[in-house]
Amino acid sequence: MSGVAFDVASNRSAFPALDQEVDGHPLVYLDNAATTQKPRAVLDALEGYYTSDNANVHRGIHELSRRATEAYESARSKVARWIGAEDPTEVVWTRGTTEAINLVAFAYGLDRLGEGDEILLSILEHHSNIIPWQLVAARTGARVRYIEIDDDGEWILEDLPELVGKRTRIVALNHVSNALGTINPVERVIGHVRMHAPGAVVLLDGAQAMAHMDVDVGELDVDFYAFSGHKACGPTGIGALWGRKAHLEAMAPYQGGGEMISVVERDRSTWAAVPHKFEAGTPNIAGAVGMGAAVDFVESIGKPAILAHERGVVGYAIERLEARFGDRIRIWGPRAIERRSGVVPFSLDFAHPHDIATILDSEGVAVRAGHHCAQLVMKRYGVPATARASFYLYNTTDDVDRLVDALGQVENFFG
Amino acid sequence: MSGAHSHSESHSESHGEPKLSSLYRQLILEHYKSPRNRGAVEDPTVEVHMQNPTCGDEIRLTLKVIDGRIAEVRHEGQGCSISQAAVSMMSQLLQGRPLDDAGRIAERFTEMMHGDEEAKKDRSMGDLRALAGVSKFPVRVKCALLGFDALQEALKEIGAAT
Repeated sequence: MSGVAFDVASNRSAFPALDQEVDGHPLVYLDNAATTQKPRAVLDALEGYYTSDNANVHRGIHELSRRATEAYESARSKVARWIGAEDPTEVVWTRGTTEAINLVAFAYGLDRLGEGDEILLSILEHHSNIIPWQLVAARTGARVRYIEIDDDGEWILEDLPELVGKRTRIVALNHVSNALGTINPVERVIGHVRMHAPGAVVLLDGAQAMAHMDVDVGELDVDFYAFSGHKACGPTGIGALWGRKAHLEAMAPYQGGGEMISVVERDRSTWAAVPHKFEAGTPNIAGAVGMGAAVDFVESIGKPAILAHERGVVGYAIERLEARFGDRIRIWGPRAIERRSGVVPFSLDFAHPHDIATILDSEGVAVRAGHHCAQLVMKRYGVPATARASFYLYNTTDDVDRLVDALGQVENFFG
Repeated sequence: MSGAHSHSESHSESHGEPKLSSLYRQLILEHYKSPRNRGAVEDPTVEVHMQNPTCGDEIRLTLKVIDGRIAEVRHEGQGCSISQAAVSMMSQLLQGRPLDDAGRIAERFTEMMHGDEEAKKDRSMGDLRALAGVSKFPVRVKCALLGFDALQEALKEIGAAT
């Protein structure tokens, strides 16, 4: 995809928010797994839409509505191509990954699950891929089961024969872990599910994958793929659900309102064709347009180049952190660098993650501290919280040096 | 950005951004490393478990109340330096106090966390005054208040029981 060499300085200059000081220090933004910064091209697309094309979609006859609809639908086609989907009508716009998963849980799961049916998750899931299934399980009598993880944050696949069987109806797993950075062996699990649980549908939570890895829903052999715009340079409040058309057509609507209907009678109504059946109300048109611009931006650099760059920075970070703090630091997640995305979660034995994050912040270094919406992972490792540095296409080894220096300040207070 | 834009500067602090040294004062680190009254009261009058769902910090507070006084108070749990130091300081101040005092201390401390200058100088607050700097770090205020939230809950339960 990429026609030019990877140039981190030029990547960085495309992001206005990175060019600022915090507490008198140049910002080092290492919270990319929470949300990435936005390139100028995305900000321009948002402004351009509101400045010249703003109108409601699919209803006006006038010129602006025609342009807004065209922009909204061409962004959908772009996103479809981005994930290897041939048919853009299989892409439903949502508020983000969370809403996409809830849509499947409620519009697919609620009507199809019953007593004794099983939903298979892993304990590595973000809460957004646990709670919707718990809610649906509670209403249907279905049972939620989990793939466990080992000390390196890898799924224990030896358990699959016991976990997957004819009672398995839904398998919902994260493609890449937000808490540990593990790039999960989803292909192996899906292969096993197809062989041993032919009645099951597979959903992947791609929130942490889309910014870093090429995704092809056909090759992955999934039924649903959920993802967000904001974790891949796009705006917040926009994301998408890809689903096989046969599933989407068979599913009941998720929300009712304008745009999603065909004919409305006093007692009953009929629904618009997919994907509009799932897009009640005025959608986030500007968000869709911004996400389209984000796809163009990310693809102009190319995800293989992004991932290769991240691996260089992550490898350097792990090396420097371990050299500096030795056995006083614990870095969580897979040991092998090629098993990991840009996420480096860590604990220091002399300071709590919150205190680490506060001191780093005072040095201009932004990291996340907490349970990362993955309390099952924290419980597995017996820690209440971790600190997490997560790197992206604009981060450099200089940023790593700033992180390590700032952690030296933590040692001054707490060591 | 530069501290010139900050509107929340107090007169007693140096100019510029809130300083880490005003947050991590020696007394706070000392309470964090050697917490007072750690553990659980045997046969407690009231027991409260309080958790901060956004960060996972937790405190289990147990009180023994005799004749309207806090005869014994203990705490256990885990969390950051601010939450753990605050509950340690709080327990120190509460030992032997009438329940009315406990409610007043909790209110006064909440005022301090919201930047009240009078509360910061209130000598009756003991070691807790060392936490005044937390008010300049809004995201950490909830850490400092966790133990007091547990105390308020405990006082409510005792009130309901009598």
